[in-house]
Amino acid sequence: MDKGNAILLATRKGLFEFRRRATADWVAGPIDFIGDPVSMVLRDPRDGTSYAALNLGHFGVKLKRRRAGQAAWKECAVPAFPKMSDAVDAPSVELIWELVAGGADEPGVLWAGTIPGGLFRSGDGGESWTLNQALWDRPERSQWCGGGYDSPGIHSVCVDPRSSRHVTVGVSTGGVWQSFDGGESWALGGGGMNAGYLPASRADDPGMQDVHRLVQCEAAPDILWVQHHCGMYRSTDGAASWQEITMARPSNFGFAVAVHPRDPQTAWFVPAVRDNCRIPVDGRFVVTRTKDGGNSFEVLSEGLPQGPAYDLVYRHGLAIDGSGERLAMGSTTGGFWISENGGNSWQCISVHLPPAYCLQFG
Amino acid sequence: MATVEFAAAIQRHVACPIQQVTAPTVRRALAAALLGRDELRGYILDDQGRLRKHVAIFVDGAMIRDRRNLGDPVADGSEVFVVQALSGG
Repeated sequence: MDKGNAILLATRKGLFEFRRRATADWVAGPIDFIGDPVSMVLRDPRDGTSYAALNLGHFGVKLKRRRAGQAAWKECAVPAFPKMSDAVDAPSVELIWELVAGGADEPGVLWAGTIPGGLFRSGDGGESWTLNQALWDRPERSQWCGGGYDSPGIHSVCVDPRSSRHVTVGVSTGGVWQSFDGGESWALGGGGMNAGYLPASRADDPGMQDVHRLVQCEAAPDILWVQHHCGMYRSTDGAASWQEITMARPSNFGFAVAVHPRDPQTAWFVPAVRDNCRIPVDGRFVVTRTKDGGNSFEVLSEGLPQGPAYDLVYRHGLAIDGSGERLAMGSTTGGFWISENGGNSWQCISVHLPPAYCLQFG
Repeated sequence: MATVEFAAAIQRHVACPIQQVTAPTVRRALAAALLGRDELRGYILDDQGRLRKHVAIFVDGAMIRDRRNLGDPVADGSEVFVVQALSGG
């Protein structure tokens, strides 16, 4: 797979682009939507179209699209809930929290996850969107809870490379859900996760889990990794069951996880102390990597600030390229780092950017 | 006739000149001003057609009282002003 030579960085104050020069340094490129919060960015690998989701505090969520080779962004349709009732709490999209391309065999298909917890599909590259009613109508959705936001949300959507009709989503809080028929029906993933903060009788309920981030190995799609509110998990059977990972150091709390696109045994996490202390352990900012499916971890710190550092990386703030060698990471305090050797060492690109929400190689 | 004006913070995103409307209420005035302006509508109203939480409306300098139904009266010659409420950081 190609190495990523450009990074899109969605932040609280705009969309930044960095490009790699032949001399192996990364330089700042265009800045778009300066001053506006950009919650999500997608560069569609099928046709090079870029999408940026804006969260304009006063004026709601917007979605912008830029075709490959064009300079201008144009507004396209926004995922929106259909008119449901006159109740004051009838849903309205507050945040686009995930945006992914459909399979290679379905050009124009996009999936969006939102807060409140809606899953939307576009079949025409963002010209129009439809709420996935089948998931919305699941009775278990009434048990979903906000995990840091007032309402629950869908932040992870994985489209199986073997079958575009197999879609797996992660919900905070609401567990892992799967469809094998393109979204016509949904089933809750299997057990194994534990939400230790819940009453004991509900703690292992698969539908009550606070999944912070869910990723799927491209070459081995039955291998999925989760950073959970209460730890780390891995599935080797396509989310039918989950095994807890207990060997991570210096902690098992965090938001982001990335999996190597070809090696399902290799994944990266960015640890913080615990749920009620969301800072790096001992003020040392590190990445942890496992190469053996979570049985052991290395703490990677070369090039990262070793204190005092209070960077936190949100769930979409750690990106990996198609080669599995380049990683990019943006923090809540404006730090931005790139590794070109699988995390062994990191190059600091800036420590003065706005808080980072989402990174993607393009 | 009343006028409906959208604040500069809105016009930064979507151009919308002052509208002349005939309407007895804010709801009707807003509906008339948004007629044919689907792109603008989403900036002012949410998915369910409610006034966005962080958008305020003034009629002749007074903030409307009925945010839910937008039933505040609009008189001939009234100035309806749609503006962002302060939020964020």
